[in-house]
Amino acid sequence: MSTTTNSPTADELRSRAASIRGRNLQMVQAAGLGHPGGDLSAADIVTTLYFSVLNVDPENPEAPGRDRYIQSKGHASGVLYTALAQRGFIPEALLDEYMAEGSPLNGHPDRNKVAGVETNTGPLGHGMPVAVGCALAAKLDGASWRTYVLTGDGELQEGSNWEAFMSAAHYDLDNLVVIVDRNRLQQGARTEDTNGLDPLDDKLAAFGWAVREIDGNSVDELLDTFAAVPFVPGKPSAIIANTKKGRGVSFMEDRVEWHHKVPTPEQVEQALTELSA
Amino acid sequence: MSDLYDCREAFQRTLVELAADDERIVAVVNDSTGSSKLGAFGKAYPDRLINVGIAEQNMVGVGAGLANGGKVPFVSAASPFLTGRALEQIKADVAYSNTNVKLCGQSPGLAYGELGPTHHSIEDLAWMRAIANLTVVVPADPIETEQVIRWAASTVGPVFIRISRMPVPAVHDDDYVFEPGVATRLRDGSDVTLVTCGVLVSRALEAADRLAEEGISARVLNVPTIRPLDRDALLAAATETGGIVTAEEATVHGGLGGAVAELLSTEHPTPMRILGVPGVFAPTGSTDALLTRFGLTAEGMAGAARDLVQARVAA
Ligand SMILES: Cc1ncc(C[n+]2csc(CCOP(=O)(O)OP(=O)(O)O)c2C)c(N)n1
Ligand SMILES: [Mg+2]
Repeated sequence: MSTTTNSPTADELRSRAASIRGRNLQMVQAAGLGHPGGDLSAADIVTTLYFSVLNVDPENPEAPGRDRYIQSKGHASGVLYTALAQRGFIPEALLDEYMAEGSPLNGHPDRNKVAGVETNTGPLGHGMPVAVGCALAAKLDGASWRTYVLTGDGELQEGSNWEAFMSAAHYDLDNLVVIVDRNRLQQGARTEDTNGLDPLDDKLAAFGWAVREIDGNSVDELLDTFAAVPFVPGKPSAIIANTKKGRGVSFMEDRVEWHHKVPTPEQVEQALTELSA
Repeated sequence: MSDLYDCREAFQRTLVELAADDERIVAVVNDSTGSSKLGAFGKAYPDRLINVGIAEQNMVGVGAGLANGGKVPFVSAASPFLTGRALEQIKADVAYSNTNVKLCGQSPGLAYGELGPTHHSIEDLAWMRAIANLTVVVPADPIETEQVIRWAASTVGPVFIRISRMPVPAVHDDDYVFEPGVATRLRDGSDVTLVTCGVLVSRALEAADRLAEEGISARVLNVPTIRPLDRDALLAAATETGGIVTAEEATVHGGLGGAVAELLSTEHPTPMRILGVPGVFAPTGSTDALLTRFGLTAEGMAGAARDLVQARVAA
């Protein structure tokens, strides 16, 4: 069972997620670049994982028995870096250097520069196969650590994911969990208007996964769902996390342009006000 | 300061124009309508903009199938994903199958500087150049971009076109006509030749100006076609100027510099300097900062040229 030493309450996780969202937006504004929409849709998932679910240790980020968190949607580096900083993996001050010249905080995460990052992502559709490899390694060793992978939903249009989904079921990887950030938007349009994914639950089930669909912006539902892993012994677990892109900031929510639009300082102020309400 | 242009604008404008007279022209994208600047194309010809979603292998294969069905597909995506992710589709479905697909690699080189090495497309020239039966073109400015798109649309066969995002000044006159496999001599010179393509051409012209002030006469060759290479122009430059500096917004391994070195080392060994990204994953930073870091500037090219000329004097 994966736990951290002192599990925060759901309320504490909610305020942690709000703090991560705010810091994340400040970083994007300062850098003049970033992917705030996909950062914010995933903020509750990433917060719940890092502050309640993952058995990881900032003092020993490469401990062999740690849980692996693989963020396949590498463009949402803002939320990942903020969570890593608030969880103690990297100095909080480093966040000021997001995408600055020579900074370790590239627009897409680099495991050789940033403690806690497991694999370098950015091109979509790479996390799932790597996660299958991690989970297989744990099985081969009879080890109890788990692998969690977060993908975008548009990202699932990449065929590599489905090759990996098949492998995971074939090898009975019930130590593997995929969370699909189902915000229904990709870079330029809605997923269902681009290359539709529905019925996603049936597809994943047909590929041999045990599937649950939840509100991915609800800390309570996330906690309950992670506690139920593996959903079915012998099967990999898929969480379709229904989210809103830009979640938590009224003018960003569910708007495609915030995929990579950068907020003005005034917009960040407004966002911070909304987030602290 | 002269006006600066984003070559993607010339790309999309030309494609919209051509599509009006040629119904076979279609565009195929990977959720990249915006980054390819194809919004206007999609408005004008909604049925002819095919967005397969985030699926580059599918995108290139679909392009090959469209060509098989008589269409002229312009397959357009960020160059790192088009060339990296769909490399085998490009080799097997496009080049080897000899299908009439126009691969358009957008925002190549260091255009996505801050986004990191996954998004730096510095290997694309080497990868594309290694594939048989694939013409590889790197336009230098909007005029050349328009010319190349017109040529590609009217010529049957596979082509890769690398379309830059970094704003550049025009280096060609309005009456310039692109010919595949032909380099253009933008500046005459007798002491050394600067050989370049794409966004670095204007910087090479600036380098030649600086060198002229020091009494060094530098020839500037724009080599838009990396494959097939303009052998005659390069052999003439080697023979007549005795030293070659190549510069490209790409790794030093296997691109323009590699192509020139392969030619000259076997046919007319000539002292060379090859400028580019020196076989490393670049740090994060703006495009300009990275170009400066790797000496892909007027001063960087002038320095390499000076070096060659001084080495010859010393010898
Ligand atoms: C292989 C690849 N193709 C294209 C891109 C460009 N890109 C970056 S993010 C993105 C959209 C991602 O949409 P989704 O997976 O739904 O992520 P989210 O909505 O969570 O931001 C695209 C097309 C990329 N990074 N990698
Ligand atoms: Mg999405």
